[in-house]
Amino acid sequence: MSYSRIPSMTLAIAAAVAMIGCGQKEEPKPAPAPAPVAAPVPPPPPPKPEVTVQLGHVAPLTGPQAHLGKDNENGARMAIDELNAKGLEIGGAKIKFVLVAEDDQADPKQGTIVAQKLVDAKVSGVIGHLNSGTTIPASKIYFDAGIPQISGSATNPTYTKQGFATAFRVMANDVQQGKVLGGYATKQLAGKTVAIIDDRSAYGQGLADEFEKAVVASGGKVVTREFTTDKATDFAAILTKIKSKKPDVVFYGGMDAQGGPMTKQMKSLGLKAKFLTGDGGCTPEYIKLAGAASEGQYCSLPGVPLDQMPGGKAFGDAFNAKYGQIQLYAPYVYDAVMVMVDSMKRANSVESAKFLPEIGKSDYQGVTTKIQFDDKGDLKGGAISLYQVKDGKWEYRETIGGSVVAEVKEAVKEAATAVKDAAVATGDAAKDAMKDAAKEGAKVAADVSKDAAAAKAAVEKK
Amino acid sequence: MDIFIQQIINGLVLGSIYALVALGYTMVYGIMGLINFAHGEVVMIGAMVALTVIKLLANSGLPVFVIILLALAAAAVVCMAVGFSIERIAYRPLRNAPKLAPLITAIGVSIVLQNLAMLIWGRNYHAFPPILPTSAHDVFGATITTLQVAIVLIAALMMAGLIVLIHRTRLGRAMRATSENPSIAQLMGVNINQIISITFIIGSALAAVAGLMVSANYSIAHYYMGFMLGLKAFTAAVLGGIGNIAGAVLGGILLGLIESLGAGYIGDLTGGFLGSHYQDIFAFFVLICVLIFRPSGLVGEKVSERA
Repeated sequence: MSYSRIPSMTLAIAAAVAMIGCGQKEEPKPAPAPAPVAAPVPPPPPPKPEVTVQLGHVAPLTGPQAHLGKDNENGARMAIDELNAKGLEIGGAKIKFVLVAEDDQADPKQGTIVAQKLVDAKVSGVIGHLNSGTTIPASKIYFDAGIPQISGSATNPTYTKQGFATAFRVMANDVQQGKVLGGYATKQLAGKTVAIIDDRSAYGQGLADEFEKAVVASGGKVVTREFTTDKATDFAAILTKIKSKKPDVVFYGGMDAQGGPMTKQMKSLGLKAKFLTGDGGCTPEYIKLAGAASEGQYCSLPGVPLDQMPGGKAFGDAFNAKYGQIQLYAPYVYDAVMVMVDSMKRANSVESAKFLPEIGKSDYQGVTTKIQFDDKGDLKGGAISLYQVKDGKWEYRETIGGSVVAEVKEAVKEAATAVKDAAVATGDAAKDAMKDAAKEGAKVAADVSKDAAAAKAAVEKK
Repeated sequence: MDIFIQQIINGLVLGSIYALVALGYTMVYGIMGLINFAHGEVVMIGAMVALTVIKLLANSGLPVFVIILLALAAAAVVCMAVGFSIERIAYRPLRNAPKLAPLITAIGVSIVLQNLAMLIWGRNYHAFPPILPTSAHDVFGATITTLQVAIVLIAALMMAGLIVLIHRTRLGRAMRATSENPSIAQLMGVNINQIISITFIIGSALAAVAGLMVSANYSIAHYYMGFMLGLKAFTAAVLGGIGNIAGAVLGGILLGLIESLGAGYIGDLTGGFLGSHYQDIFAFFVLICVLIFRPSGLVGEKVSERA
């Protein structure tokens, strides 16, 4: 009992330390309770030069996706606070990171304006943007300025296809995700006919296109393709049309703010198809908005579930304590910051030109997945996990693709062999047991018959 | 056939929601000749307040009907106060300024209200607690919920009530007088400041009703919801003839029907050449056509009939 306590104690202390470190940014609070371990005060070291490194972060902080944008920013902020609390030294100087958070309103035009603003502010690197639609036009501005950019959530393939050496993402792209989703719809969900809706954003449209290709490739039929916008709330008209085509599965490429009400309206219109959506709808917000209609619906999210990742649970708990529930991309953005800083460490420099080449060589164990980039800046072997709503919560179903899956498959294979061996072993044991039992039985029978024979002989003698 | 009826019902419900919001635009325009662009935000505030009250009372054991009425009352009071303050702060000092000035303050007020709501209620979407019956009625194979029937009826009732108010009461006569010529109305003993304040207060109370209906129907409220809704309702008001009460309702329902039938049938009619993403384009195309041939909207012909 006392042994099992130790890890949780260390965790608690680590969390407490992290939180104290994080709290320093806020207004001065009464001094925290003295730490249990009284560390001796080290002699004051000779003052080291302190260098301030600006990291840009862009996401929509106003408008319909503001809740996701703020979530991204919190993810980045948490990473930065942790790094500052640790007190990194790069190139002989003490590094203080500053987050320059900008709002692009999920609008491509605004995205380029704030990108230029960040370039003018001479940030060392940029984390973001959130939407593919803003990330793609902004990536050219960062490329021209030679500023590395890592997005934690832009999944449209175009982003890394443009040949910009500065563009990276720590999430599987829509080709990978669309492929998995399309296969899942036709195989696991047994969808012969599929209806597709997208929100006409670079993300929604891109994902829906890839999904459509995958459905057709795996033998499914797309009965209709409908469209909405990322600001709409009423989907009755398109859902009614979809109802007339009687699909088995309805796929939506877009965000939770539309996906939730859409699911609810599907139910009130009596449309009984299964609902499937991508990462944009894979949030607690979706369940809140869809209400009871969300039960049994599906979504996918690149990476593997947070609580299955080393350090994932600790991250989730720390985030919850500080900012409340994770909406969607915060862990990915957290990883994006960490990957960038990790590259700075390896390059031993905070200059964009010096640490940029190191990003491509990253091999970093993040909280969402193991991060390695291919030559385009895409995540290598991105795994996709599928979730289903059960009792008002997203429940993990399975992970398809990616290196982790290979590991899992390996493990399953090993387990199967082990089971087989075990079966053989039990079989042998059983055989032996039976032999013994049979011997025993035969002996008993023999004795009985002997007795009987003796009795018979006695009777005959008489 | 049942699909067609369903699309008509979809259009009617959506149109009634536009109409409810459009009534607020048209009333203020009818009296002051001012487009109150902040009206969409007042609708949003109505929805947010109503939702807050409902969330507070959802587990209190009160009957659903009472909860809804209390929420509506709270939303109406807050919206009236907001509407009154908007007029007092942003429009009254500019009453004799060029027409463009109050239009710009209107947009400013709208942005201020949006951000204020963001600070108060946060960036997250708020889900409407599932306290209303969700059972759907069957109409020739199509479905309509009780709430949707209520929305259509309330829009019609509001319109009728407003028409009676304006044409049959003393207050209404004062409103019409103010609308025709404020300075002469004042000379005749009408307190136009009071009348204009009352107009804003009534318009904001309508916004509270609309806000509650919209958030209940889509079971969603968000600080940004007023923007698109306001834009569509404004379009509906212009389509019907801005300043005309019946026109707002007619325009709203027409816009709803066009959008719904457009989204439902464009794709099939054009053989997939145009899809449902053209529904807005279709709606605005109709608006342009109407305005070319009838610049004052469908029924907004005679100026004296305004409000």
